[in-house]
Amino acid sequence: MEADYAIIGGGIVGLSISWGLLKRGRRVLVLDGDDGNFRASRGNFGLVWVQGKGLKQPAYASWTQKSAAAWADFSAELGESTGHNLALQQAGGYDFYFDEESLEQRVAEFETLKEELGGDYPFDVLRHNELKHEEPNIGPRVAGAILHHQDGHVNPLRLLKSLADDVRRMGGTVKCGVPVKRISKRDLFEIEAEDGTIYTTPKVVLSAGLGAMELGPQLGFSAPIRPQRGQVLITEKLPKMMNRPSGIIRQVDEGGVQIGDSKEEVGLDDRVTLETASAIAARAVAVYPDLAKAKLVRSWGALRIMSPDGFPIYQESSTTPGAFLVTCHSGITLAAAHARYLPAWLDGSDQAPNLEVFSEQRFAIS
Amino acid sequence: MNNASPFHNISPSDDLVTVTFDGIEYVLPNGANLAASLLEAGLRSFRNTPVSGALRGPFCMMGACYDCLVEIDGETRQACMTAVTSGLKIERAHRDKGLEND
Repeated sequence: MEADYAIIGGGIVGLSISWGLLKRGRRVLVLDGDDGNFRASRGNFGLVWVQGKGLKQPAYASWTQKSAAAWADFSAELGESTGHNLALQQAGGYDFYFDEESLEQRVAEFETLKEELGGDYPFDVLRHNELKHEEPNIGPRVAGAILHHQDGHVNPLRLLKSLADDVRRMGGTVKCGVPVKRISKRDLFEIEAEDGTIYTTPKVVLSAGLGAMELGPQLGFSAPIRPQRGQVLITEKLPKMMNRPSGIIRQVDEGGVQIGDSKEEVGLDDRVTLETASAIAARAVAVYPDLAKAKLVRSWGALRIMSPDGFPIYQESSTTPGAFLVTCHSGITLAAAHARYLPAWLDGSDQAPNLEVFSEQRFAIS
Repeated sequence: MNNASPFHNISPSDDLVTVTFDGIEYVLPNGANLAASLLEAGLRSFRNTPVSGALRGPFCMMGACYDCLVEIDGETRQACMTAVTSGLKIERAHRDKGLEND
């Protein structure tokens, strides 16, 4: 036995958990897949995002806020120990609207949620002129925006690199190119990699993204998740043209503008399509007309990990105790919570957050 | 540093046209590769990066690296993917526009 925990999946979710477990003095073995696996951690949009999350589930909104609030400290600690600048910016973010009616509708929903959260939901409604003051490059078709002050963004690739570096620095073992084929339990969990190697640990965390669809049932989870494709466009590096990110468009610290937020139910297909790429490009140009002249240098598709209600799943197996399923579609936003608070739950400590509302039981047919 | 251009046209042409780069006139072979022609004319850096303002010039010469960007008609274009035409007005891309200079 070489570790207390085997973490199946070395993406943002698995590495955030590993990082937090190492801080609690646990020994960690991370088994990461190979290039044939889908990798949301390399394809995502890099938002640390609160607004719009958990409109029908305040517990999810709170959990998201708890993570967003822990991000600055988490990022500083990670940056200091690895020397990487994560380029975290939490100065608010926008949700843009092209017509007043849908803006008003959303504001009403936000007011309800704000009440349910005891008032902790700081947002402002900016009409076109007020928005133009904040973002001089905004286009004439934008009717307004909701500016939520708890939103922000980060460089997600540097986050991934920092986590991997720091997990190794603290003595964690990270094995790459080791897709897991089978997991079973006798006294200990026996984890069989595709190359035939068997790893044994007393506890297992399944944080394999879409890999949990196949591995979950072996541990007694139903793992009711599905892929949802998002396509992304990247422009050439440009002088600063926007001050805050939004769910559909952001300018990263290196100057490139990232355009995204398509949602397609197409199964395990992460290709790009001209139709969707043009649709998201047209929307971005409507928001920031100067982008019409920008050159695109890259595009890709990536698969989100979606549960039936869109919220995370945190579940210990009832058939094989000691096995945990952790899956979510907002791995960046929740990275700080997964690093700071989830390890106590895995350890069964009294300090553990109450995550009952995120169990798999909520999907059981009653 | 030896400032002599190390680039020489191996198939000189008599069909020459005038273009401007940042207002300075250059006489270049009509239809030739713009990046190659400007290098031959002695230019080393074509632009500043938009974040730190660092100098950049052609690197890959095959449309992949996006280092040879110049501004033509208000758009950034790859010089190595552009042909020399008469009267072309070329500007240095992102001069004085570094994000850090805000």
